[in-house]
Amino acid sequence: MDDEPIELIIDGIQVSAVHDATILEVAKQYGIYIPTLCDLEGLTSFSGCRLCLVEIRGSPKLYPACTTPVTSGMEIITNSEKLKEYRKICLSLLLSERTHVCSVCIANNNCELQDLSNKLGVDHVSFERNWTKHTIDSGHDFLVIDRNRCILCTRCIRVCQEIEGAHTLDLKNRGKDSQITIDFDALWGDSCSCTACRKCAKVCPTGAIYIEDELISKTKDKNVVSFLLKRRMYK
Amino acid sequence: MSENKKPTLAIIWFSGCSGCHMSFLDIDEVLMELAKKVQLVYSPLIDVKDFPNQVMITLIEGAVTNEEQLSMLKRVRAGTDILVALGDCAVTGNVAALRNAEIDGDFAVLKRAYVDTSYHNPQIPKGVPKLLKRVYPLHEKTTVDYYVPGCPPTSDNILYVLTELLAGRAPQMEKISKFG
Repeated sequence: MDDEPIELIIDGIQVSAVHDATILEVAKQYGIYIPTLCDLEGLTSFSGCRLCLVEIRGSPKLYPACTTPVTSGMEIITNSEKLKEYRKICLSLLLSERTHVCSVCIANNNCELQDLSNKLGVDHVSFERNWTKHTIDSGHDFLVIDRNRCILCTRCIRVCQEIEGAHTLDLKNRGKDSQITIDFDALWGDSCSCTACRKCAKVCPTGAIYIEDELISKTKDKNVVSFLLKRRMYK
Repeated sequence: MSENKKPTLAIIWFSGCSGCHMSFLDIDEVLMELAKKVQLVYSPLIDVKDFPNQVMITLIEGAVTNEEQLSMLKRVRAGTDILVALGDCAVTGNVAALRNAEIDGDFAVLKRAYVDTSYHNPQIPKGVPKLLKRVYPLHEKTTVDYYVPGCPPTSDNILYVLTELLAGRAPQMEKISKFG
């Protein structure tokens, strides 16, 4: 029974999907755009950024598309006015949480947060901004982390654990004080587990982790995860 | 038709680098056509003491950093129909607001500029407008009608906004403007 495809509707289009597929995967398959920020193909999704929220007819709640599995007969709306407004609020909150100053950021013009703000029409942030003074660690030979530009998408943590298998990076503290840490809160230069594979810098959506003396456009490579998984013969 | 019947335009420079003004001037020869359509009543290059009343469009570059700018902003808002925040400093605070991360940011910037880096007679100047504790983007201190982000906004965007506003339409910045 489980092999039978699931039939559902996304934005009025009749689609079919396999079991265990998430809404985001199915939408991607059919070329329906749902904005994402923390999600990256090949890494475990954890619905952190809330940009992929969708409406499901018959439910007052909003659901993150990246972790909600499809079920038979679902009717999904991905681009209502309500969702557009909510996504703008999510982006505004991300922008207001830390010091995001595009004009002096290394990732200017190569930043997913900046691109999405443009794409989804965030032309200003109505919340009062936090001007943070989190730490910058440039002690590593070439890897630099500026925690003021971090949006806590945890892509770096997931790629470090799931793809590289090093688990050098992790989170500490809670809420707005959350920080990416290296080993047990060590400096990057002193880390004994970091393999200097650079994958964290490649998948970072903003300018939080970057490689010194290298063009950010050259560093960034979102496809590194799916490329490696393909090479390792995973599905 | 007399000069006064034309829609009026004002441009103001708060705490920014004047890059937005440069970008505005980068409209190049189209400025001539724009000059036929509007009357420029206030700008950093026009020698007018007070901000005029009943201005149709005011573009403001820069963040609000001192008390003079704050009172000026209130004066401008009262005399303007459509207020446009021009550029990242006006929209977000941008580089000027980086001092907000410090507890005594107002003192820290003065000290850095006039004491730490000064070789001759280092002292914090007196008689200049008092800096605010925090740097504010315009919309945190008044109501802003339209936002034109960018550092600087492209001259095409500035021209587009002015053209739309002069035609009585609302400019749609979605997808054409960006921060930074």
